[in-house]
Parts: sequence; structure tokens; C-alpha cells
Amino acid sequence: MTEPTEPQAPKDERAPAAPKVGVDEWVAQYERRRQERAGPFAPLVRVWDLTPRPAWMAAVVLLAVVYGIFATNSGDLRIGINTILFALLALGLNVVVGWAGLLDLGYIAFYGFGAYVYAFVASEKFGVHLPTPAAVGVVIAATALLGLLLGLPSWRLLGDYLAIVTLFFAQIFLVVTTNGNRINVPGHDGPADITGGPNGIPGVDAFGLGSTEAVEVKTYYWIALGAFVLVAAALYLLNDSRTGRAWRALREDPLAAEAMTMPVNRLKLLAFMFGAATAGLTGSIFAAVQIGVFPQNFELFLLITIYAMVILGGAGSIGGVVIGAVTIGVTLEILRDADWGRIIFYVLLVSAVFVIVRPWRHVPWVVAAVVVFGVLLNQIAGAVWPRGVGRTPLGADGPLGGLVDDWVLLPERPGTIGSIAFVLLVLGALALTLSRGWPRVAGAVPLLYLGAFVWENKLIFQPSVTRFLLVGALLVFVMNLRPQGLMGTARVEIV
Amino acid sequence: MNWDFLVQQVVSGLTLGSMYALIALGYTMVYGILKLLNFAHGEVYMMGAFAGLGVMTALGGPDAPIVPVALMVLVMFLAGMSASAVLAMGLERFAYRRLRNAPRIAPLITALGASFFLQSTALLLFGARRRSYDSAEFIDLRGGIHWGPLNASPTRLLTISTTVTLMVLLTLLVSRTRLGKAMRAVSFDREAAAMMGIDVDRVIVATFAIGGILAGAAGVMFGLVYFSVYHLMGFTAGLKGFTAAVVGGIGNIPGAMLGGLLIGLAESFSAAYVSSTFMDLIVFSILIVVMLARPTGLLGRADIKKV
Repeated sequence: MTEPTEPQAPKDERAPAAPKVGVDEWVAQYERRRQERAGPFAPLVRVWDLTPRPAWMAAVVLLAVVYGIFATNSGDLRIGINTILFALLALGLNVVVGWAGLLDLGYIAFYGFGAYVYAFVASEKFGVHLPTPAAVGVVIAATALLGLLLGLPSWRLLGDYLAIVTLFFAQIFLVVTTNGNRINVPGHDGPADITGGPNGIPGVDAFGLGSTEAVEVKTYYWIALGAFVLVAAALYLLNDSRTGRAWRALREDPLAAEAMTMPVNRLKLLAFMFGAATAGLTGSIFAAVQIGVFPQNFELFLLITIYAMVILGGAGSIGGVVIGAVTIGVTLEILRDADWGRIIFYVLLVSAVFVIVRPWRHVPWVVAAVVVFGVLLNQIAGAVWPRGVGRTPLGADGPLGGLVDDWVLLPERPGTIGSIAFVLLVLGALALTLSRGWPRVAGAVPLLYLGAFVWENKLIFQPSVTRFLLVGALLVFVMNLRPQGLMGTARVEIV
Repeated sequence: MNWDFLVQQVVSGLTLGSMYALIALGYTMVYGILKLLNFAHGEVYMMGAFAGLGVMTALGGPDAPIVPVALMVLVMFLAGMSASAVLAMGLERFAYRRLRNAPRIAPLITALGASFFLQSTALLLFGARRRSYDSAEFIDLRGGIHWGPLNASPTRLLTISTTVTLMVLLTLLVSRTRLGKAMRAVSFDREAAAMMGIDVDRVIVATFAIGGILAGAAGVMFGLVYFSVYHLMGFTAGLKGFTAAVVGGIGNIPGAMLGGLLIGLAESFSAAYVSSTFMDLIVFSILIVVMLARPTGLLGRADIKKV
């Protein structure tokens, strides 16, 4: 027979041996509550909490090194390079947005400016070919200077207003680069071609040291990874420095920071400069990898993607930002491919079950219900409306493709039906956010199936639009559910 | 100096300015009440234009309408306005409501995400190709007013007159009705208004709906005057409308009207006399200069901050 347990027994266990300064009961139990909330993932959360942050970064870098050694295909290496460049951009944006709390929507212009400056000083465009270290130095100095200039409005403008001015700056950058092939310069006959207009500047010099030139994609992978390690280490140190702490103070309360004699204006400029310099460095690598710069590379989608990365991981945390960048970067790259895109999509769909269904012990049967629902629907439709199951799915011989054939309805002409299903899916998902309890779980079953239907009949044909849709939806979703991101700590507002 | 040309620019500037003003009103009213920059407002306008197009197609298309033209145009306006209003209310309910008390960056990024989502939705549903209203098919564009140098096509006249009507209605609504009074109260102090028994949620939804109605009307007008509607139209128009709201003083209704007209005129004049490629550059530079010189806008008053 079991002894009747004392109700206060667990409390005694948890009670700290000696009360620490600044630790009350709520703080002392923080870890335990965190693990309870994590449910089946509690051991993971525990490992996460116990491992020091630099060790994680080292693990990520090690993973990247292993990837670099074993990836032979140049396509895979390019995915790696793009992801590292994304991570670099996200790190830079994190300085401005995550640490200093300045909303900079013109960030992408720094990246573009860096790429263009590199093209100016290292290509046939003006016949200038600086050696790579000098060229990159010029790029970093120039973008930092531009960051300084664009940071100046932050002295006068706060919050939203700063966001607008910087956004317009990014637009102006696009207008100038797109139309910069016919600028009237005083003392020059006819319109001068400065940026190459919509055709950009092709044939940018490769990176090189002395007489050796980086030709292979793999070399660029190592260069990008090296830059990433340098920047991440520098920012890690910076975050713990006086300046880093001052930035966070600025973010939490500019007025209080100023009252504590912090040089608020200088701090703002410094944040802009660090962000811009990181973006500029990334831009120069990008220009060299792509062997050219084009205005289309720096459109708003990129800005929104980088914001999504910073937000998903948790603005303010280096590790979070890197994880956000890797997750979103790899996902976006993989979505280009139908087979991989399908796998990603179904992984997302299963994760959606975890978000919708609580408690998680109901998850298995919800998944089973969705599968049965699909199979039944497919059988019924096969008997009643044969044309509704007539098509073979795109990439039927790939992984999952065969399974999908017997599960999802595949009408012969998916166009309009797919559009209607998409609208229904969006409306259904919104309605689901309003429901609680049983209706929510019951509604989830057809909705998840509808999601698969929309994917197979609409989204899979338009991978680029799907990328946009996912990033947009992700931003709204993360902001509404977990504004601090996956790894950021929630701010406790003291009223 | 060519007077005919100048007058023509004024007319086209006023047409364009009317649309910008209508969009700007939506931005400004939402900002006045929630202090939220609703970046997705441009997309609300775009969807209004597509709703108008959809109704026109359903009624037989531009070349063979099955109802009288005047009725068709009216139904198009109603459809555009109601679609945009529903969309704006949906945005408020699903994207912004939970974030009312969140740090300022959260709703702003949500708005960016929502804007992007709606834009890609339009791309997915309607494709990347420009759709045409083909209003020349059912409206005789050579009609309208021709007095000396003044030439205004019927669609432009319709745009300007509808805008004026809507603005008068809006002004009356805000200054004379109970809802208007509640809106002013909520924008002055949301918490105090709630304590006085005003249903703040309802007022906010109504504000979004009104903003949507105006944007939807602007969307249909754009289709009628410039024919083509496409998924990216909301982004640039939204930026311009937003510029107009800021130039006039964000949160200020007459300011948005004035700002819209100014931006429209500035755009049409810079396109005509300076350079059409750098037209946007000029408009955005005006904004930056206004914001730096007078951050509260032309008609806005300085916000005194108590600590």
C-alpha cells in the first residue's frame, strides 16, 4: 500500500537550501516550470539549459564544417553558402533590432550597398581591381559610414517613424540601383551609367589572396563560414561588453538609459554602424559568389525573410538568430525542389498538429483520424467522381509521392478547385484559432487534410509563391503566439 | 510655359491624390486609435480592386455588361468597398487584436508579414499578369469636361467627386455621430474611454472597417482610371498613401486628405517636369525631409510626452 503523500512534500524538495539574493520562489522554480511545459520534450529542454551557449555555437560550426567536407555537389554547397550568408545578415540585423531595439527596415539596402561597392572597386565596370582584402575593407568602411548617416535620423525619430524613414531609404536604394544607368552627372556628356540599371554589374572579381583566386564554390563556402565564425565571435564578445549592455538598456527604456547618463545617440549610431558593416561584408561575399550584382537581389522579400529569421529564433539571442536563419534559410532553399518541398510541408503539417491539439497525448489519434479521413474520402471519391482522383501527383516516384496518390484527392484540373481550397484553408485556419476544446480538435482533422489537398493541388506547382506565403504567415503566426521567438525570453512588464 | 499641359497635370495629380488621400485616411485613422502602422493596408486596397474586377467579370465583363453601366459601376464600388472592409476587419481580429499591448515592434512586424501574405495570396489566386478593367469599353473616355485647357475624363471626374463625397461623409461621421465621438474618445485615451463605458473593441473594428471601405473605393477607382490591377499595386500605393498620411500629420484626418492631394500633385508634376523614373524618389525624399524637419507632419501637433 502506498503511503498518503503529504501535499507539501514536493514543495520542500524544491525549496532552495539557502535563499539566494534576488531569487524568489517564482525565479527558483523557473527551470522546473519550463520543463513541465515542455511535456515529452523535457529532457531536450534540460540538455539545452545545461549546455553553455558557446558550446552550442561550436556545435553548429562543427556541423557546418562537416557539411562543408562532405558536400561535393555544387548545388548543395550553394545552399550552404546562402544559409551562412542569411545567418550573417540575421546576426547584423540582430544588433540593430534585437539589441538596440531600433526598428531598421532599410537594412537590406546596406547589404545591397556592400555588394555594389564591392562591384565598383573590383570589376571591369570602372576598371578598378583592388586586391580582395583592400576591397572588403573599403566595403566595410563604406557601409559603416552609410549606416552612420542612416542612423542620424534615429536621433530625432523614434519607433515607427524611424521604421518608415529607413523603409523609404531601402526603396530609394532600389530606385537608384534600378535606374542608375541613366543618371545625369554634371560635366559628363549624356546620361552616365553608374549601377548598370536593371542589368546590374556582371563579372565581379573573384576573391583572391596574392596570385591565388577563389574559383571553386567550396572555397567560398569556407570563406563564408570563416566570416560567420569571426562575426559571431565578435558579436558574442560585444554582447557581453559595456556597449552590449548599454544597447540592451537602450532597448528596454531609452529615457531611463539617458537618465543614467548613457550616450544614447552615440549608442544608436554605433548599433547602426555594426549592423551595416556586417551586412556590407555579407554583401561583398555575395557579390563575389554570384559573380555579379543585380537590383533584384535586394528586394523587400529578402528583408522580410531576414526579419522572419531574427523573430523566429528570438530577437536578441545570437544562438536563436542563427537557428532561425538556418531553419528558414534551409527550408526556403529546399522548397524549390518538389520532393523535398513535400517532405518539408508534411513535417510542417505534423508540427501544426502539435500546435493545435492540446494535451499532446491526443496527437497520435488525431493524426490517425486525418489519415483514415483521407483514405475514406479517396475511396468514396473514386467511386462517385473518378475524375477527382485521376491525376498522378507531381513527383509521384519520389519519397511520399506514392503514398499521397492514394490519400489526397487529385482532380484532373486542379486550378480553380485549388484556389477555392486555399481560401477555405485560410478561413478555416483562422476559425480554428477562435475555437477551443472539442470543436477545435474535430475541426483540425478536415482542415489538416485540406492543407495537404491545397499543397498537392496548388502550392506544389508554384514553389516561389509558396515561399512568400510561408514567410508571411510565419511572421504573423510567431508574433501572435510567441512574440519573443523560439529562444528569446519573454519580457516581464512591470506595471 | 504650356498652360494646357499644366492644367492636365493638375487634373491627373488630383485624381491620383484622391486615391492616395483615401488610402491615407485608413492609415491615419488606425494609427490615431491604435498607434499601429498597418502596413497591410495597401493590400486591403489591392484586394478591393480585385473584388471590383471580379464583380465586373461576373456581370458580363467590360464589353458585354448584362446590367446598365451605371449600376455595374455602383455594384463594383460596393463590392470593392465591402470586400476591403471585411478584409480589414479580419486583419484586426486575427492579426492585431492579440498584440494591442505588446511591444511596438510586434504589431509592426505582424503587419509586414500580413502584407506579404496577402500579396502572395493574390499572386497565387490571380497570377502575376496584370488584369485589366478595360473601362474604355463601357465608359466613353472622350466624354467628361472640356473647357478650354481643362480636360477631365468621366472616370477622373467620378474619382474626384466620389472622393469628395466620401470625405464629407467621413468628416460628418467623425464629428456628428455617436460612433465618431467614440472614435475620437478612444484615440484620445483608450483606457479612459473604456472606463467611460465605450466598447473599445467595437470602435476599433469600426475604424478598420471604415478604413477598408475607403481603401476599397480607391482600389476600384484605380482600376477604372488606370485600367490595370495586379498583385503588387498595393505595395507602392500603400507606401504613397502612407507618405500622404505622414506628411499631413499621422493620426490627423484633414491632414491625410491634404497630404494625399499634395503627394498626388507632387508625383504628377515630378513625372511631367522632372523625370518619371525618379518620381518615386522625389516623393520619398519629400517624406524624409518632412519627417526630419517636422516629424509631426503639416497639420499634426506635437505630442507632449509625460514621464
